[in-house]
Amino acid sequence: MEFLSALLNGFSSGGTYAIIAIGYTMVYGIAKMLNFAHGDIIMVGGYAMFVSLMLLNQPLLALAFAILACVLLGITVERLAYKPLRGASSLAVLITAIGVSSLLQSLAQIIFGAAPKMPTRFMINGTVVLGSFRINYSTLVTLAVTVVIMAVLTVFVKYTKTGRAMVAVSEDRGAAQLMGINTNRIIAVTFAIGSALAAVAAYLMLMKAPTLSSTLGAMPGIKAFTAAVIGGIGSIPGAMLGGVLLGVIESLALSVPKLAPFTDAIEFAVLVVILLVKPAGLLGKARREKV
Amino acid sequence: MSETLLRVEDLSVYYGVIQALKGISFSVNRGEIVSLIGANGAGKTTTLHTITGLIRAKSGKVFYKDAEITRTPAHKIVTMGISHVPEGRRIFQNLSVYENLLLGAYSRKDKAEIESNLEMVFRQFPRLEERRRQLAGTLSGGEQQMLAMGRALLASPELIVLDEPSMGLSPLLVGEVFEIIKSFHAAGKTVLLVEQNAKMAMAISDRAYVLENGVITMSGDAKELSEDDRVRKAYLGA
Repeated sequence: MEFLSALLNGFSSGGTYAIIAIGYTMVYGIAKMLNFAHGDIIMVGGYAMFVSLMLLNQPLLALAFAILACVLLGITVERLAYKPLRGASSLAVLITAIGVSSLLQSLAQIIFGAAPKMPTRFMINGTVVLGSFRINYSTLVTLAVTVVIMAVLTVFVKYTKTGRAMVAVSEDRGAAQLMGINTNRIIAVTFAIGSALAAVAAYLMLMKAPTLSSTLGAMPGIKAFTAAVIGGIGSIPGAMLGGVLLGVIESLALSVPKLAPFTDAIEFAVLVVILLVKPAGLLGKARREKV
Repeated sequence: MSETLLRVEDLSVYYGVIQALKGISFSVNRGEIVSLIGANGAGKTTTLHTITGLIRAKSGKVFYKDAEITRTPAHKIVTMGISHVPEGRRIFQNLSVYENLLLGAYSRKDKAEIESNLEMVFRQFPRLEERRRQLAGTLSGGEQQMLAMGRALLASPELIVLDEPSMGLSPLLVGEVFEIIKSFHAAGKTVLLVEQNAKMAMAISDRAYVLENGVITMSGDAKELSEDDRVRKAYLGA
């Protein structure tokens, strides 16, 4: 029973990782850059929710507002910080992303102070009891949200014109341009989707643990990035798989008292082992470097 | 016949400090097949990439139907009527044949027209219809070239720019590719062709330009050029 509930919790926290990892992986696949500020978009989403909750007193409206704020922020960051560097060395882009990350964290500290906020209104309490088996509502909500997001995204990429254009841009940007695809627009759409998902992730996190600080997105960001790499960076199904896998490993490790203190180490060790066996990640394709 | 469709004026292109094109000028008239021939590294692909907007020129101008397109983004040039079949085909391997063709028509909104263009492409390339659900990456080299050409047709272009369409294909398929290019011409399309196979390219072309180290050294009627001694020695292996 305990194993089963640890597993379910793992799927749930893994779902949150997956939602964040999709943001990393889509941006990497399409814009060919590691957006290290992605975790901080989650944090901004958290504060946007916090502020709008105070104004509107409506958690779901606050989520909608946070999604909007994150989409605008994601597009703005891409337009101002990353777009001018298109064609620059990937190191320059990476450093810029790290700069954006600390800029956002510092701004949050300046505006909201260093002490964490506790927006408990977002918490979903209560458990479902099935015999001796107890599941938190928040776990079920996270699972449901994750499944819906994955399904919608899969259909979007496979069956819409913009989705096809995204696949084309990720495979060959030049050839995509020759098809008449405005690659700048597709990259902006990608940032918008990733940022919207970051806002959703913020909601899922605050729902379980309502502690909001300027580093809210830091650790989940790193974990989700790990998940994206485990699954094969650039691959959306890979991010889903990697996220869930990492969540389950984390939750199982936490459920064993002797292993619990080493949870983070175990997770990153899994990354190392997987990369040793499959350097491109579980679902990643070995990419030929184009000359 | 002699209406100029594409005009390139004094075009210079650099990769870093290396000058790939040193002020070339040429033109393509409506309804013509024009070949650019030259050795590896002469600047043929660079020329095509600059025309269709994948590379920016340092100086010089490109005109299409009297509109200057030197700084027009690549995705807009497609909508003006130029389709570029790139070297190495560059089809989208992880998409199906059908999805590749649909991307060819990405910037068009006329659904009925697109549908009839699709049928036309399938009529011309029955193999593509048989394999429409297959991932493009699983096609043979010849089929991939057909797909790249079919995809370009779906943009409904007036000018088709082809970069080494016969590269890496068996002699039989090379013949087929040149038949297809002739069919483009017969359908009223204008063709700008870059080919290693200079002999076959000259045979179907109206005019040709010889590019050497970023400079156009010879130009003229394709038939006359292919009888020129220097051209024969350097490019036709005679």
